[in-house]
Amino acid sequence: MKICVTARASGIEAPVEERFGRAPYFVFVDTETGEAQSIANGFADAAGGVGPRAMQVVVDGGAEVLITGQMGGNAARALQASGIKAYTYRGAGRVADAVEEYSAGNLQPLL
Amino acid sequence: MKIVVASGKGGTGKSTVTANLAYSLSLTRDVAVVDCDVEEPNLHLFFPSASTDLPVTATIPEVDRSRCTFCGECGKFCRYGAISVLSDAVLIFPELCHSCGGCAAVCPQGAIREVRRPIGMIRCSRPLPALTLISGFLQEGEVQAPQVIHMAKMLADGHPLILYDSSPGIACPVIETMDGSDVCILVTESTPFGLHDLRLATEVAERLNLPSGVVINRSDGRDEAITEFCHEHGLPVLMTIPFDREIAAVQNTGGLISRDLPGWNERFIDLFAKVSELAGVRA
Repeated sequence: MKICVTARASGIEAPVEERFGRAPYFVFVDTETGEAQSIANGFADAAGGVGPRAMQVVVDGGAEVLITGQMGGNAARALQASGIKAYTYRGAGRVADAVEEYSAGNLQPLL
Repeated sequence: MKIVVASGKGGTGKSTVTANLAYSLSLTRDVAVVDCDVEEPNLHLFFPSASTDLPVTATIPEVDRSRCTFCGECGKFCRYGAISVLSDAVLIFPELCHSCGGCAAVCPQGAIREVRRPIGMIRCSRPLPALTLISGFLQEGEVQAPQVIHMAKMLADGHPLILYDSSPGIACPVIETMDGSDVCILVTESTPFGLHDLRLATEVAERLNLPSGVVINRSDGRDEAITEFCHEHGLPVLMTIPFDREIAAVQNTGGLISRDLPGWNERFIDLFAKVSELAGVRA
């Protein structure tokens, strides 16, 4: 299963970013192989409408689960339509920590 | 002649200048005033009157699900994020759409058509025998101010003398307002912010080849920084309105200094003469 985590940099050692649409990176972690693929968010500095476009990146990346801090209304609508399950991570940890918390069942659903 | 009143900084007195100039002009000739500050129009507060309202609409895409293959071309094209294509759904975010029509143009299946939805209204009134007021109102939460401004301006087209009251700033709404005008009045105040934003607004007017002049409002008599800037940029100072309790008192009750305080009608008529000269038109 692929988990997407919003992050401030690339790789599983990067700190988690709480903002969804304006997160600098989306890190996709494959829970079976442990491999991580990082995609830079081209919309991080866009003027507006970043939420739905960022969700498109998550969908295209094949994630089934999304871990982030918070998201706006438009992104939430896209999230619901996508069928991806989203969870809130509010800690100051790394991408790997967030994935571990998720696997341990410690994260709350976002919506 | 089409005169635009702009400022850069908000709250410098664009509407004060527009309303008083309009009142003074209406005593001797027909004048149309267009409130282009559609996110917060306020000229109707100076000129209360019954109005006729017209809706303003904008186009948004509508997807024919039977033709859509979820290829995602429309979503990739839209730089405003107004259309999202998921594996088995297309989401449209109407309030993000800028009505460019690009999604319909790039759809390989011809599955997108454009439909209209309301985004605001135009209020037309005649508060004085020679004064026509056309005010644009953008609905809360909407972003397409230029569409509303465009329609408000269009309704005044053909009028021999038009005043456009711009929104603050120098973004799309201001450019839409300035576009096609003959001359620009830049209202400023002698504060660092007033000067900073006057500089930006001057640059926009220059780019649009608009001859411009400056009105200094709420002057405390120490306007050297502004007048120096004006001198450097060849901008005439057309009028100075002092920081004065009596003026503020008239203003605060929705009054007009050109009507309610002696001497100000003449000053606004003089402002019009100077603006006409700037535009190369005989007043």
